[in-house]
Amino acid sequence: MSERLKPILSHRLFWPLAVLAVMVVANTIYRPGFLAVEVNNGHLYGTPIDILRLSAPLILVGLGMTLVIATGGIDLSVGSICAISGAIACLHISEASDQNSLVTVFTALAMALGAALVLGAWNGVLVSVIGIQPIIATLILMVAGRGLAQLVTEGQIITINSGPYRAIGLGHFLTLPLAIFIALGAALLVAALTRRTALGMIIESVGGNREASRLAGIRSSRMVFLVYVVSAACAAVAGFMMTANVSSADGNNAGLWVELDAILAVVIGGTSLAGGRFYLSGTIVGALIIQTLTTTVYAMNISPQTALLFKAVVVIAVCLIQAPAFRAKFGRRGRGTPPPAAPAQPRQKEEVTA
Amino acid sequence: MTTSSLTTGPSWARLPRRHVPVLVTLALLLVMYSIGVSQYRAFSNVQVIFNIFIDYGFLLVVAVGMTFVILTGGIDLSVGSVVAMTAMVSAWLLQSGLPALLVLVIALLIGPALGFLMGCAIHFFDIQPFIVTLAGMFFARGMCTFISSSSIPITDGFWTTMAQHRIGDPRGNFVSIGVLITLAVVLVAAYVLAYTRLGRNVYAIGGNPQSALLMGLPVARTRIAVYTISGLCSAIGGILLSFYTLSGAPLIAVGMELDVIAAVVIGGTVLTGGSGYVFGTVLGVLVLGVIQALITFDGSLNSWWTKIVIGGLLFAFILFQRLIGIRYK
Amino acid sequence: MTDSRPVLTMTGISKSFPGVRALHNVDFRLYPGEVHALMGENGAGKSTLIKVLTGVYGIDEGTITLGDEQVAFSGPMQASAAGVSTVYQEVNLCPNLSVAENIFIGREPRRLGAVRWGEVRRQARQLLTRLDLDIDVTAPVASYSLAVQQMVAIARAIDVQARVLILDEPTSSLDAGEVAQLFRVMRQLRDEGIAILFVTHFLDQVYGIADRITVLRNGTLVGEYPTAELPQLALVEKMIGKELDVLERIEEQPRRELAAVEGGTPFVAVSELGRKGAVAPFTLNIHAGEVVGLAGLLGSGRTEAARLFFGADRADRGEVAVNGTPTSLRSPIQAIEQGIGFCSENRRAEGIIPDLTVRENMILAMQAARGWLRPIPRRRQDELVEQYIKALSIRPANPDLPVRNLSGGNQQKVLLARWLITEPRLLILDEPTRGIDIGAKAEIQKLVVQLSDGGMAVLFISAELEEVLRLSHKVVVMRDREMVAQLDNDDTVDADRVMQTIASGSQREEANQ
Repeated sequence: MSERLKPILSHRLFWPLAVLAVMVVANTIYRPGFLAVEVNNGHLYGTPIDILRLSAPLILVGLGMTLVIATGGIDLSVGSICAISGAIACLHISEASDQNSLVTVFTALAMALGAALVLGAWNGVLVSVIGIQPIIATLILMVAGRGLAQLVTEGQIITINSGPYRAIGLGHFLTLPLAIFIALGAALLVAALTRRTALGMIIESVGGNREASRLAGIRSSRMVFLVYVVSAACAAVAGFMMTANVSSADGNNAGLWVELDAILAVVIGGTSLAGGRFYLSGTIVGALIIQTLTTTVYAMNISPQTALLFKAVVVIAVCLIQAPAFRAKFGRRGRGTPPPAAPAQPRQKEEVTA
Repeated sequence: MTTSSLTTGPSWARLPRRHVPVLVTLALLLVMYSIGVSQYRAFSNVQVIFNIFIDYGFLLVVAVGMTFVILTGGIDLSVGSVVAMTAMVSAWLLQSGLPALLVLVIALLIGPALGFLMGCAIHFFDIQPFIVTLAGMFFARGMCTFISSSSIPITDGFWTTMAQHRIGDPRGNFVSIGVLITLAVVLVAAYVLAYTRLGRNVYAIGGNPQSALLMGLPVARTRIAVYTISGLCSAIGGILLSFYTLSGAPLIAVGMELDVIAAVVIGGTVLTGGSGYVFGTVLGVLVLGVIQALITFDGSLNSWWTKIVIGGLLFAFILFQRLIGIRYK
Repeated sequence: MTDSRPVLTMTGISKSFPGVRALHNVDFRLYPGEVHALMGENGAGKSTLIKVLTGVYGIDEGTITLGDEQVAFSGPMQASAAGVSTVYQEVNLCPNLSVAENIFIGREPRRLGAVRWGEVRRQARQLLTRLDLDIDVTAPVASYSLAVQQMVAIARAIDVQARVLILDEPTSSLDAGEVAQLFRVMRQLRDEGIAILFVTHFLDQVYGIADRITVLRNGTLVGEYPTAELPQLALVEKMIGKELDVLERIEEQPRRELAAVEGGTPFVAVSELGRKGAVAPFTLNIHAGEVVGLAGLLGSGRTEAARLFFGADRADRGEVAVNGTPTSLRSPIQAIEQGIGFCSENRRAEGIIPDLTVRENMILAMQAARGWLRPIPRRRQDELVEQYIKALSIRPANPDLPVRNLSGGNQQKVLLARWLITEPRLLILDEPTRGIDIGAKAEIQKLVVQLSDGGMAVLFISAELEEVLRLSHKVVVMRDREMVAQLDNDDTVDADRVMQTIASGSQREEANQ
């Protein structure tokens, strides 16, 4: 390996992208038509388009999750929030006389989004004001939220027949699925909000050291509160997509385990679960990896449950590749000068940089 | 100068604090039980309690394993899938005609083996327990459907005996053999945590892993051990579940890890580690059982209320732990 | 001083890390029954020497002899089994476990594999009695003060039949009374024949307890001296070498005239400001260009008082006026908007954001004050950061390095820069010179003088009285969470008088004897 390759290899997106590329190549070898995209009825169709469309909800949830994780938190409740918001929206539409009315659909979306914001605020208050550990605070809503979603649907699966709502999941715009644009729009919005302003650095600072950030004049609690609300909002939109895809709301299964996939996407993308630095582009690549994997497995006629086996393998592989401890043990040995031995030094004393 | 001036507060004010969460859970359990008794006559029957143990025995065993993991400050999301995988493997091997004893041994080895591997990944490669056990969860669940996509019935004589044998008193109250196994696991676990070096190391690591390392405690061994123990408990739980249902089903025990974690937390174990008791976990599982029993007795409440109530209780307990000053790191 | 043979001899020790020669041909001897101070600036090689001794690092060259045997430990555990135990600055105990268990965990007396708790408690009590400590051994360690925890850690260390006890900066978090108690225990252990290797930054303590001193500088041995034959100034000279003149220049500064700065409306005036459980109501005025020194023991309420000035904690009574206008300081951001900055004593927990770069750490407070919607333009960032890296001579001078890669002293300077960039009118410095080497210390002291000459008000908190007296126009004395005196720093004020004020009426009086 030449010195020129080094910056590429050490780029944080290198390994996630490499994994994605390997999967695409493997798929194409297995099924040469994998990359084929055809125009039908003015819309683009094909496996790559499907992957993009289906990964949209995961990207959305992943964006919110990235911000939450950057503050050193975690949001386990997003799956429940997807289910609740989807259920509320579908319930409102199903009760309307004209399910195709735009007014009805927008009212439904507004109501569901409002409910999600309230739930996000609940998480935010528990974490930032009461000071409960995020994993526990959001566990509450993860458990209770499923019950709430079933409460909304009264244990039934609500089926709707609404064109405009369906479009959120299956509609097209400029030959491409609308869902892709929604996810892209959300990604650009979050990226602009965090990287064009100082918000990103402030979130990273809060995640790196919350008390120090507060003493530097950052309203740390407010920031922490905010990310949970944003995460809930992202989850709500994802919930709309999921329910729109199937034109029905199932309180029990909508968005089931999406929180785990989202956390995976974030971690695969290089953001540390400990908080601090975050990488939105990494999360998007992570979500694409997860969805490509799922699609691949479907295409191979393996049951979705067995697909979990592959997911387990990919998760471990990606995490191992990125784990510094693993790299140190099995990485390229004897090349160049390794960084000064920094043995696990539990004693937090002043390091000496001589 | 008297050295005693450096201590803080009298000892009576300080000592019980560690026990307060468990005592509150106990009080809550008693209150809920007396509500049940006052509302429904049949509730006072001892068999109601026995049934909770019969129905929730496997959950309790798994929760005991989870208590070890959480005491070190870790978490194990794989338990539900490992329970299902163990039941599935047992059913499959029995169906293919292996002798019951051999099946039992194999089934009891798979869980701990997976736990051991996860522990190694967590410790040696420094990957978050959350992520590693999530992968373990995916893996075990995937194995279930890999074995069979539909449920496999168990007709083996040993299994049916274990499922149907009743140990009871003349008045007709009874427990299953599974309950006895559950109690044995609880007692062994309580002893290990209180009286063995392994158990004390678990608490030490939960209190401050870096100190534990500097104090020369075998952090690596202990950390790997707790995930192995959790895997073993999940395997035992899986066997108990297969006794109970006499089948292996690929989608059984989905989401069980949440109930288990909830039971452990309601039982007073702090999720950041270092504080908690097996006895509390028993109480936590009983609380879940009594809630379910109350909702069943009521009849007018739908099953989703269970989840809402468990969520509410989790909230109440966590808030309570904050208020009495149990510090989360 | 005993005349026996050394219990520990290190000869010709060298140790290099990639690109760094941490130790070069260092000799070190430790006799039974002595307290031996290991002195040197940060980076002198003290930590490395201890780590080489206890087996955390291997050695490149040289030999270590313990008793009659040549040894090479594989790690702290093996070292302590052989009788070389270490107690660290940050107490390494498990806060959730009982005192007794913390002493014995890992080697509890057992029967048939079961821990004998009765025996554990009995032996723990016995051991602590030896250290003259009478506490409830069943209570969790977290319920005791840091000093007691330190004793428990020492009890754990000496239980393994220690021949050598290494105390690595054990006193940096203790107040004077606690230090006195620690010293009593150290003397007792010394009299029992244990060899104690003592590392500290406090010169007074060295002269208070050490029998001999070994000085390291830049990884080489400067020398080994009996304490009585090495005057304080000579010690400092040996530790820092040529940089000494910096310190002396500050030393020679004339007393700072209070009258020159007092007068007119004070920049900040607080009256009867207080917070229950933290600090009793106090009244204090700080003028532009004035340095107010806050003296007092650890736990006397000096940090708590400073935090009220900054809104880090909310005052529950009293009034604040900035420039004569009544205002309230309810959060740090409000204080920053009023032109107040606060450098916490707890650099790691309340100061640096380790993941972020030097640049980001520096501009953080300014950015916070501007709000997240108005990011500081990159060019402006570069100017500011470059300016302060140069002005404070921060090393390495790379603004895009994560700040955690810097040494303690440089991290402290980054924090100073963070506040200087906000151009505060009052800068609160809580122990800015603690735990950093003498060179950096002198630079920071010099900076305080410059800043106040330029019109900035400074509230300066330090445990070192001489430092406070050297820099302040006015010395405020805290005791037991109360402000007990405000002294104009004129000729009548000296360290003795301040110490008397601190001590008078206090039960901690003995500490200063």
